[in-house]
Amino acid sequence: MAAPRAPLHLVMPVWNRGTRGIRGLSRAVALEGSQKKGRSLLQFLADRFYDVQALREYLLQKQVLKVHQKNRPFTYIKERFGPHAAGAYFILKQGGAVKFQGKEWIRSDAHGHFSLDFLKFQAVPVEAVNASGCAINYQGLDSLLALKELRSLWLQRCPHVDDWCLGRLHPLANSLQELSLAGCPRISERGLASLHHLQNLRRLDISDLHAVSNPGLTRILVEEMLPSCQVLGADWAQGLPSGPDEQSQDKASPIPA
Amino acid sequence: MSEIKKKIQSVLPGGAWNPPYDTSYLPPEHSDVVIVGGGVIGLSVAYWLKRLEKPRGAIRVLVVERDHTYSQASTALSVGGIRQQFSVPENIQLSLFSVEFLRNINEYLAVVDDPPLDIQFNPSGYLLLASEKGAAVMESNVKVQRQEGAKVCLMSPEQLRNKFPWINTEGVALASYGMEYEGWFDPWCLLQGLRRKVQSMGVLFCHGEVTRFVSSSSHTETTSGEEVTLKRIHEVHVKIDRSLEYQPVECALVINAAGAWSGQIAELAGVGKGPPGTLQGTKLPVERRKRYVYLWHCPQGPGLETPFVVDASGAYFRREGLGNNYLGGCSPTEEEEPDPGNLEVDHDFFQDKVWPPLAQRVPAFETLKVRSAWAGYYDYNTFDQNGVVGPHPLVVNMYFATGFSGHGLQQAPAVGRAVAEMVLDGHFQTINLNPFHFSRFYLGEKVQEHNII
Repeated sequence: MAAPRAPLHLVMPVWNRGTRGIRGLSRAVALEGSQKKGRSLLQFLADRFYDVQALREYLLQKQVLKVHQKNRPFTYIKERFGPHAAGAYFILKQGGAVKFQGKEWIRSDAHGHFSLDFLKFQAVPVEAVNASGCAINYQGLDSLLALKELRSLWLQRCPHVDDWCLGRLHPLANSLQELSLAGCPRISERGLASLHHLQNLRRLDISDLHAVSNPGLTRILVEEMLPSCQVLGADWAQGLPSGPDEQSQDKASPIPA
Repeated sequence: MSEIKKKIQSVLPGGAWNPPYDTSYLPPEHSDVVIVGGGVIGLSVAYWLKRLEKPRGAIRVLVVERDHTYSQASTALSVGGIRQQFSVPENIQLSLFSVEFLRNINEYLAVVDDPPLDIQFNPSGYLLLASEKGAAVMESNVKVQRQEGAKVCLMSPEQLRNKFPWINTEGVALASYGMEYEGWFDPWCLLQGLRRKVQSMGVLFCHGEVTRFVSSSSHTETTSGEEVTLKRIHEVHVKIDRSLEYQPVECALVINAAGAWSGQIAELAGVGKGPPGTLQGTKLPVERRKRYVYLWHCPQGPGLETPFVVDASGAYFRREGLGNNYLGGCSPTEEEEPDPGNLEVDHDFFQDKVWPPLAQRVPAFETLKVRSAWAGYYDYNTFDQNGVVGPHPLVVNMYFATGFSGHGLQQAPAVGRAVAEMVLDGHFQTINLNPFHFSRFYLGEKVQEHNII
């Protein structure tokens, strides 16, 4: 088996390829790989034997459970040491970095160990969280939302952060000043629309969001939505054709037809 | 020659048996559950029946849908909104579970080897506006919603102007805004995702129309000595599309999820055949009501943060896409109800009834251009605009899952689970939908939903 999710993305004739226009609002889901070549032995067997199919479903379930396990809440630490310590513990366990107010950045080392000194900072709030690349998902955000004085949050390249998670960030509206969502594969312009609650936001990084359909237009709309915020990434010029040869194939025109 | 060879191979042991003529378009002769209607509610019931059954593969389910293009189905023509801002607690619970289902849709409806579903959920929330008259009701509704766990906040006109400067707050006394878990999504994607998953779980589909129920009656006495006639449906006659052929399907249960046509299906089963005022004579009060949806373009309109705005007058609109396009409409009053015989759009309705309140509420909408419009049906419950869920008291093996009057799509996953629990366990386990039982039509107990759009 290749990468964990790859076999399960394999192609079958996708038939939610609805009509374009008002009723067929769903886009054709991108086909990964080709139908004819390279079907591995496991897929071949899964088509013919119920046992193998059940095995693959079980493996898929296990992956999902692994992510859930990583995002479980640490209620004991929360009750004993307070929400800030619990949030910090959660992020450090996932492999991220935490900065308390007035202290240095704390990060776990290569083996995933970190010192538990921060449990002594009872009332010191967490100021910045760097959760880049962590497997944080909707459930895991519970721990982050308790950090009422969080100033900057970096969620670069988090594979499970999606539009639903963005809709959940509004409790941090009073304090959050910097948010980075660069490179998250599941965030689209629909989730960005729910960022208007974060009125104190001063820096927003939305570069490299592949699920956003129209990056240039999205950036303009987000800038209009958050007037006092500096928006980075999703440069409007990057969607435009580069030379006269490509004028006829202009796919990224921001003006609606 | 190869045909003869194929026939011989099919007859010998180990080959698939091909009868002399092809009957693959006919439904099976026996099925445990027949679900009439293949829209989102019917498919949701099928999904939960197959998911909750013990042991695996115990129940044979057949879904009968007469239009596989879903050209008139309410699901496909829906605006796709989902909200928790209801007044009846059961509606709030149904909607909360459904939104969790949608959030985890790729765990629930995952099919090995198929790409994951993207229902394109916009978490922009609903904004309900109330005038002076409705402000007290809105406050008490929000209290109920908060108790059930919905994240709704109340806003004064001042706060409303700060947050959404494009709103004209004249006449608005109070607004309730859903912060999380509300918005809109693509109903077609949900429908196809359910269909794909349900087919992979072994549910059979039939392209046909239910024309007759063959049932038997038995007479019993109630505890107070009255005679009642209980009916049990034994066979469902499914007529194949564009043909005179029909197949009698022997079944144990029938689930009426026919949406706007549920009233006709119920009449076929004998619901309502009796003297008026008795339980036998109580018809299913679900009828088709036509509703229009208009798509317009307004270049100076509200931006990306626009929620699904519902004005106090009943007119609503929401943003569609990134190009300053908006979808909206209004429910007509009882006197102005259009004829539901067809799905033709009345453009004058927009000019007279939808545009004026919206232009008054959002001044930018004074200059707009209608791009297109369509019409769809509500399975309108004329009694109290809430769904009917559960078995019929007299036709003992017909279960209803219909009458949602415009909020069926957003409750479909939860209603499917409730009906499956009722079928498999005999009572509701997670969400108690006893207030939505059919007998309330006879007893006259209205479960009135105030926030109907």
